[in-house]
Formats: sequence, structure tokens, C-alpha cells
Amino acid sequence: MYRSVFGKVLVRQLLLAFRRPAAVLNPLFFYGVVVLLMPLGLGPQQSVLSQFAPGLLWITALLAGLLSAETIFRGDYDDGALEQLLVSGESLYLASLGYVVAHWCLTGLPLALFSPAFGQLLSLPDEGLGTLAVSLALGTLVLSAFGCVGAALTMALRRGGMLLSLLILPLEVPVLILGAGVVERAVNGMPVDSLISILGGLSLLALALTPLAIGSSIKISLEV
Amino acid sequence: MAWTWFHRLGSSPWIYRFSGQLLRYLLPLAIVLVVAGSVWGLAFTPPDFRQGNSYRIIYIHVPVSVVSLAGYYVMAIAGAISLIWRLKVADMAMRVAAPIGAAMTFLALLTGAVWGKPTWGTYWVWDARITSMVVLLFLYLGVFALYEAYDNKALASKACAILSLVGTVNIPIIYKSVDWWYSLHQPASIKFTGGSTIDPSMFYPLLLMIVAVYCLYTCLLLMGLRLTLLETEAKTAWVKKEILGES
Amino acid sequence: MFSQLDWHVKSGELWQIKGDNGAGKTSLMRAIAGLAPQSLEGRLSVLADFLFLGHKAGIKSDFTAIENLRLHLGDAQNGDERQLNDALATVGLADYRDEYAYRLSAGQQRRIALARLFLVDAPLWLLDEPLTAIDVDGVAIIEACIDRQVRNGGSVIYTSHQPLKLQLSTSTLHLRGKGQSPYVS
Repeated sequence: MYRSVFGKVLVRQLLLAFRRPAAVLNPLFFYGVVVLLMPLGLGPQQSVLSQFAPGLLWITALLAGLLSAETIFRGDYDDGALEQLLVSGESLYLASLGYVVAHWCLTGLPLALFSPAFGQLLSLPDEGLGTLAVSLALGTLVLSAFGCVGAALTMALRRGGMLLSLLILPLEVPVLILGAGVVERAVNGMPVDSLISILGGLSLLALALTPLAIGSSIKISLEV
Repeated sequence: MAWTWFHRLGSSPWIYRFSGQLLRYLLPLAIVLVVAGSVWGLAFTPPDFRQGNSYRIIYIHVPVSVVSLAGYYVMAIAGAISLIWRLKVADMAMRVAAPIGAAMTFLALLTGAVWGKPTWGTYWVWDARITSMVVLLFLYLGVFALYEAYDNKALASKACAILSLVGTVNIPIIYKSVDWWYSLHQPASIKFTGGSTIDPSMFYPLLLMIVAVYCLYTCLLLMGLRLTLLETEAKTAWVKKEILGES
Repeated sequence: MFSQLDWHVKSGELWQIKGDNGAGKTSLMRAIAGLAPQSLEGRLSVLADFLFLGHKAGIKSDFTAIENLRLHLGDAQNGDERQLNDALATVGLADYRDEYAYRLSAGQQRRIALARLFLVDAPLWLLDEPLTAIDVDGVAIIEACIDRQVRNGGSVIYTSHQPLKLQLSTSTLHLRGKGQSPYVS
């Protein structure tokens, strides 16, 4: 029915998520709450908010990806599904890719789709809204990929949460810089095509390479 | 030929003795170079026309910065070798390289901050190179923390090897992006003295210090490796023979 | 864990691994399944396709019984819908086909995992404590399963604290804990 293990993992993860619809909305709720904190912390002046909006919106996306990453493998590790995956001899590379894409569909994609609304809340000028959505859609692929690497390395550890942030946030620095930078350029009316292409290139690179690391890390975690 | 080498690299006593021989020459060389380079740089170079004498900290700051970056690659390559060929020595080298590299990075940041006070009037400026260094420090700390978090140290090494490989692929991207970020936000008042503008009379001692710190790094790595070897194989016959003297 | 094990399992053989808690039964099972290559020194070759049923069965409580079979991450050769239904019926879960697993008892969830024994055509079965949480009827199903597998020329390696009633000759591997070499009877 599902020929490749990639499709199987993807369908599985999506179906599992939609069995608990609240879980799908959690990243969006998180995003909304953090956006609410910004004017409370920085003051309500539109000029201040709009100046910091690109960076704030991107940092929040990083945190949303981080918080949701911890649970990527948790269930499958606890109930033995990962064990069965490893024993089956299926391609761990394709399975890992499935986990990355599933995580992106459940966090990055909805964030990107709703980001123009969040941008409005932080007085991001209209010129930046489209670029914000596109850059988030591409950049969160990288975030999901690194999130999966970190989650695969820490799933067997008792205190994985804080460790996970130390492992993956430094790796995500380029995405934050590019993402926030490209939105800022769009706001200032500068061309953004080349930077968007670089972001796209980074996400392809991450999609191609990180499954290798994720697969090996799953093997290690199952031995613990 | 190549295979006998490979075999030897799997033999702990051989590595212990070979590194001992190497250290016998390398350690004095490193000390002489460090002393010579420091004296040359601190006492016999002309003061900078703008920064006066405070610039002299570059004779420590620049070498440790260079080596701390190289150290991450040493760690990652050792990790890759231990993952692929399951070479015990490579695994130990990776574990030893992490704290040394982290210490070098920290030293680079510290000397940078000390240098910043007389130059920029503040200990901390979010300059491109400093920012990259901070990211590098966190990459090192991540490897560190991951190693500590695993109870099974054999698995911990493997996990760290994977993490440092991921970091290695990412480092050039991080450096490039931080450079770009800095050019985007660069305040006009702060400019870095580029390598091209440095006077030869200041540059040669710097070069000497870079070589010296590389030697020192290698010595520290070898010494750490020897210690780890003794520790992990404490119960074997060759260690007893080595420590308790000839018999 | 244990030392010096020289052990061969041929097709058509039924093996039980015995030993006290901590003797290394589960570790050995996992090593055979390829889940713990680190902890093993020496050579281990598993020449057959195999099916592994560990302590944790990989049952998702948010999936229905049939979905748990359909979307199981393990077996490459998933059967068609009819075979899945048959397998559920064989383990006595025909009426619970579309019931979410979290509404089922621990024993029933375990039976979903057992249903996989009917779906995968593997010459070697590795069953680590298959009787956990299983009632008398369930035990009978497992016994029938193992019986059929061995008679068809397959082999089974299992660990169990409860005895299995089987009309087959069973070889036993005794693990004796730290430093002692295992023996066969």
C-alpha cells in the first residue's frame, strides 16, 4: 500500500498528529503567545515593533521548531516502533527523511501560512509579509532537519530538553540570519531573489545530508 | 605499506611509544617557539600607530582563534575516522580534542574582550569574528554536553562524532552568514585592521606565534591521548610494564 | 554480561533461552536482531530474514487495531487488506478491528503485535517474552503459531518465564550470568 518507507513514515506521523488535532495547533498557539509577549516587553509603539519584527518573528519560529522537536521520536522510541523500523532493514535514510518532512508539515508549514497574520500583529510593513511567509516555508525545512538530528541524538536520554537546545540552536544560526535578513531587505524595498535562492539551497542541502546523521543517531539511541 | 601503518594505529603500545618519541622533540620545540614568538612580538615589534601597545595581544588572540577553528575540524575528522574504521585511537583523539578546542576558543574570546576594552572602549562588541567565535564555542559545548549526557561512553563517542560532523559541514555556512550579517548591520565607526594592512615587522612574529600555537596544540593533543590510553587500558600488561618500569 | 558463547541455530529448530534476571537474555535477543552491535565482541551472523518481537511491541494507542498492522513500520511485505483482517481474526480481534488501541487492554494490544506473526514470511522468529500480558487463549494461539512455524521448517528463538506447552523438541540455551559461559541442553 505504501511502497516506500518514506511514505509510510510520513502518513503515519501525519495521521497520528491529526488524531490529536490540538497537537497540530500547538505550534501556532505557541507562536501567537510569544508574539503577544513582544509588545508587552518592548512597548506598543508601532515604529519599535516594526523595526524588530523580522528578527522577532524568526526567533519565535526557531523556538517553536525547537520545542516541537523534542517529541518527534519520543512516542516511536517509547513504544518500540523505532526498534521495529531498524530491525526491518528498511532504508533509515528514507525513513529519516519522512520524519523531517512530517515535522515540517506539522510545524513549519502552518507557521509559514499564518505568519502574515502574525506579521501584521507586530506592525511588519506589508512589503515584508510575502517574503516572511516564503522565507519561513523554506527556512523551517532546515529547522526541522536539525531538530530531527537533535531529537535523534537525545531521545534515549532522560534530560534531553535543555541539551537539545544547546545542540541545535548554534547550528541554526545561518537560517536565522538569512531569514531575518531577507525579510528586512524586503521591507526596505531591496531585491530578495538571490537570498531566497540561498535559503532554498540550504534547505535542499539539509534535506539531502541530515537524514544520514539522523539514521545513524537512531541506531545509537536504540542501543542505549 | 599503508596497511602496516593502519595495523600499528590499532596497537595502543605502539601509539603510546611513538607519541612519546614525538613529544620528546615537539614539546621543547613548542616551548621555544612560544617563548621566542612572545618575546619578539611583545618586546621587539614597533607599536601600532593607532592602538599603541594594546594591539600586541594579537600575538595570542589570533593564533588561538585560528587553532580553535582548526581544532573543531581535528575533532570532527577524528570522529569520522572512528565511526568509519572503528579505530580506537581516533575515538580517543576526538574526546581529547573537544576540551582543548573549547579552551582555545574560550581563550580567543577572552583575549578578544580584553583587547576590545582599550580599542573600542567596551569589553564586548558583536563583531563578525567574535560572533562566529561564540557560535563555535557553543558548538564545542554541545559536543561536550552530549558526551556527558550518555551513560554508555562508547555510544557517547559515536553520538559526538555524528554531531561534530554535522557541525563541520555547517561551520563554513555559519562563518559566511555571520560575515554577511555583520556587513548588513555594520556600524561605520568600527573597522577591523585587515590582514593586508599589517606591517611585515608585526606580521612575521604573528606567523611564528601561529606556528608555535599549532605545535603547542599538537603537544596537548598527544599528551591527552597518552593519558587517555593509559586510563582506558590501565589493566593491561603493557601499561603495567610502561609505568612500573622495565622488566 | 556473559562470555564465550558458540552457538548455531539451524532451520526447523526451536530454542528457548533461559537464565535469571540480568543474565543477558534480552541483550542476546537484541544483539541477534541487530539492535546492539556495540555490546557484542566476536562474530554474529544472522543468515535469515527474521521477525523480532521485543518487550515493546510498537503498538500506537492512537491507531485502530487494523491501522496498527497497516502502518506498522517493521515488515516490508505488508499483506493486503484481506490478509490483515484474517490475521486480526486469528488472534481473536475481529470485532475490535476499528477500535482505537488505547481502548483495548494490554493483552489485546499484545495480540495486535502477535497478529504480525501471521503476516510476515520470515524463516526466523525472535520472540522476547511473547507471553507477557497474554491470557490462556492467547497462549494457545502463540503455541499454535510456533508449532506451525517450526513444522514448516522455520526456526524460533524465544525467552519466557512461563512454560510453553509444545509437542516439539525444544533445545535450551542456559545463560548463567557474569563471566560464566553458557551451556546448551
